[in-house]
Amino acid sequence: MADLRIGIDVGGTNTDAVVLDPAGRVIAKAKRPTTPDVTEGLRAALDAVLTQVPDAARRVARVMLGTTHATNAILERRALGRVAVLRLGAPATTGVPPLTGWPEDLRKAVSAGEAVLPGGHYVDGRELAPPGLDAVRRFLDGVEAEAVAVTGVFSPASGEHERLVGELVAAEYGLPVSLSHEIGSLGLLERENATVLNAALYGVAAHVTGALAAALAERGLGARPYLAQNDGTLMTLEHAARLPVATIGSGPANSLRGAAYLSGAADAIVVDVGGTSTDLGVLAGGFPRESAAAVEIGGVLTNFRMPDILAIALGGGTVVREHGVGPDSVGYRIAEEALVLGGSTPTLTDAAVAAGRTPPHVTGWRVDTSAAIADMLQRALAVADARIADAVDRMALGRADRPLVAVGGGAFVLPARVPGAGEVIRPEHAEVANAVGAAIALASGRVDTILPAGDSRSKAIERAKEEAAARAVAAGADPALVEIVDLLEVPLSYLSEPAVRVHVKAAGPLAR
Amino acid sequence: MSIDASTHAALDAGDIPALARGCAVLGTGGGGDVRTGSLAAVRAVREYGPVPLVGLADLPEDALVVPLSGIGAPTVSHEMIHSEDEPRRIAEEVERLFGRPPGAVMSSEIGGSNGVAPVAWAAQLGLPLLDADGMGRAFPEVQMVSMYVAGLPADLVIMSDVQGNVVTIRPVDGLWSERLARAVCVAAGSSALMADYVLTAAGARGAVIEGTVTRALEIGRATEGAADPLRALQDRLGAARLVTGKLTDVERRTTGGFVRGTATIEGTGEDRGRTLVLELQNENLVAVEDGRPLAMVPDLITVVDTETAAAIQTEGLRYGQRVTVLAWPCDPLWRTPKGLGTAGPRAFGYELDYVPVEELTARG
Repeated sequence: MADLRIGIDVGGTNTDAVVLDPAGRVIAKAKRPTTPDVTEGLRAALDAVLTQVPDAARRVARVMLGTTHATNAILERRALGRVAVLRLGAPATTGVPPLTGWPEDLRKAVSAGEAVLPGGHYVDGRELAPPGLDAVRRFLDGVEAEAVAVTGVFSPASGEHERLVGELVAAEYGLPVSLSHEIGSLGLLERENATVLNAALYGVAAHVTGALAAALAERGLGARPYLAQNDGTLMTLEHAARLPVATIGSGPANSLRGAAYLSGAADAIVVDVGGTSTDLGVLAGGFPRESAAAVEIGGVLTNFRMPDILAIALGGGTVVREHGVGPDSVGYRIAEEALVLGGSTPTLTDAAVAAGRTPPHVTGWRVDTSAAIADMLQRALAVADARIADAVDRMALGRADRPLVAVGGGAFVLPARVPGAGEVIRPEHAEVANAVGAAIALASGRVDTILPAGDSRSKAIERAKEEAAARAVAAGADPALVEIVDLLEVPLSYLSEPAVRVHVKAAGPLAR
Repeated sequence: MSIDASTHAALDAGDIPALARGCAVLGTGGGGDVRTGSLAAVRAVREYGPVPLVGLADLPEDALVVPLSGIGAPTVSHEMIHSEDEPRRIAEEVERLFGRPPGAVMSSEIGGSNGVAPVAWAAQLGLPLLDADGMGRAFPEVQMVSMYVAGLPADLVIMSDVQGNVVTIRPVDGLWSERLARAVCVAAGSSALMADYVLTAAGARGAVIEGTVTRALEIGRATEGAADPLRALQDRLGAARLVTGKLTDVERRTTGGFVRGTATIEGTGEDRGRTLVLELQNENLVAVEDGRPLAMVPDLITVVDTETAAAIQTEGLRYGQRVTVLAWPCDPLWRTPKGLGTAGPRAFGYELDYVPVEELTARG
């Protein structure tokens, strides 16, 4: 019977895969180098875990993939589609037209044309102008685009103009459409940027979902495929095909969720030590704490809710010198370069091993050095420990009682005690925590809108909750088990009628 | 009247980042995020050409100076961005009322977003930007401008909205100007462009704070590529360094449309053992150590990142940030009895007698 789950995480250096049994135990794991086209590494990692499990092809029910495809496509300006950028805001918003401030090369790669047309709403729900459907047609008749991005003023609160235009584009032009209220929250330019990037990624998303489906078919796996997104939850391939930009940032989110799962700690600081850098994040109620700041992707500001991550240039491969630690790293060459592995470059791994911190299940690593080098390594480790403690303190916001969960391939370099945190937990399978995070992820949906603060408030909030739950179900959640996991209300000032900004998130396990 | 860009310093797209950094410093924690204003300014000077930066002496005595500012809820103006036509409609109304077109645009408030956006408005109007503003920093209320302190009557307010509506208000005093302008703003969807006071170049003398656009530019440029950005900034401002340390506590509450609260900074390095508490109300208003004030409004208090010297807005203050608090003297106009009555510590509800920052820090 089909009762196994596979989680795959495509990282910058390694592609990790795990197989979980029905009880959620890790029964197979593998690390393979990430390949330039990503799919080869994915296949290699998949094959490596499949051979460890008898009768795997028949037993795997689901495969969850976390990937950097979309991020890389934006950073490298590669395989991006041409987008007709349409804003419903006139007569407002003309002071800053679409794509203002974009790096020129990205704008060239993505934009098929931009227009600010009548439509959109005021903060209180009145129309700024009726949607200019004829103007939409004239604009689209004059551009050659592979997709359309539509952003209306205050659409997170009033999305119907965007929907009207979306229906027109689909029916009369047959083009895929990104609607901003399905993608981002308040803040017009940041939401519009995210919506345009999303539309530009349709081709990339089709490639990834196609490659995953093909890899599963080639191996005779009847498993259902899913993609991980930036809040640590999953979406179906159909959903991912519509919202590819939501896969950006799935790596840190998976690592945090995996750390929570492996350690059993729902509230903790997670420190993920890699080869070149260390990512710190915070778990609150089992989910990543989200960043309040806008996120820049490829030189463009967006308003995604991403995990609040503090990255420091410190990892197992960080180069140690007489007067300093890093920031450069030997990276994936650590197997040849590190002293303990027979190389000639002193690294943080060597410093850790010299101090008696060795990776689990590794024996025979020895630093055989002169007193001078031993001194240097010792000083370097003290500097690294202080930097970690400093970063932990920043993330912990003064609370020193949360446990610290150490994950990632370089977790062994962390000391037994870290000031600013409670006990240091080193869960089993910590080196593949991100793949585990992908395998155990839930499906979610969110709503971010403005509602009246008066008598109708509670009814309006109920409706927002229902909408978030419906979106979670659309993303693959079991309707019977979906729950509201986050509800945030922020009062707004300077408005005619008192109003609140409401953020609701619903999540649930995947439907059978 | 036309100003020849070739004979004056002119602001172009390359100047906007430095101007924005300087305006953020002069915002003393408030004045709004400079990001959208910067984008509007960059876009407008690319479209309409560089904006000449002129002094009062460059303008004919009877040239009309229009002080402009955005008014409304930040959440709204971040979503419903201004229409490009708003400044033109105000300029047309000024011409209709005064019988001649405006000669220059001025920033009502150089601190924060309202310091950068006027570059866009001036570019759209094809007018020079006056190297001056009405505050020399950021303040939260409409009457807290130098023109009011200088005794000019607040008898004309012109507002325009995204639809093209223009409203001209003839208030009897500053209080009514704030009350009526706020009501119009709400009807306009909680965001509008506003000219309060229309000045002649002659009338502006002594009633505006001169040189503040240049000052903001210089502040922004001082830290660019500096080996020690903090030192460079401190020297440029002539500021006292109140403390260098770590932000250990931020407490905020929103009342009456303002963010009020405190931020606590614990000294590090040579300041170890010291604790500075900042009183916030949109802007940083009073800095206190062991119950003793070290600086207070209307003098300027700004929190900067110790490493980069970039100013941090009050909404951006977070536990764990490594910050330095700088304080420096305000324009002399604010130290007059009417200036202190308008924007001194008691105007913000603090039971404190104003003492200049240079005296407080000299006693050290």
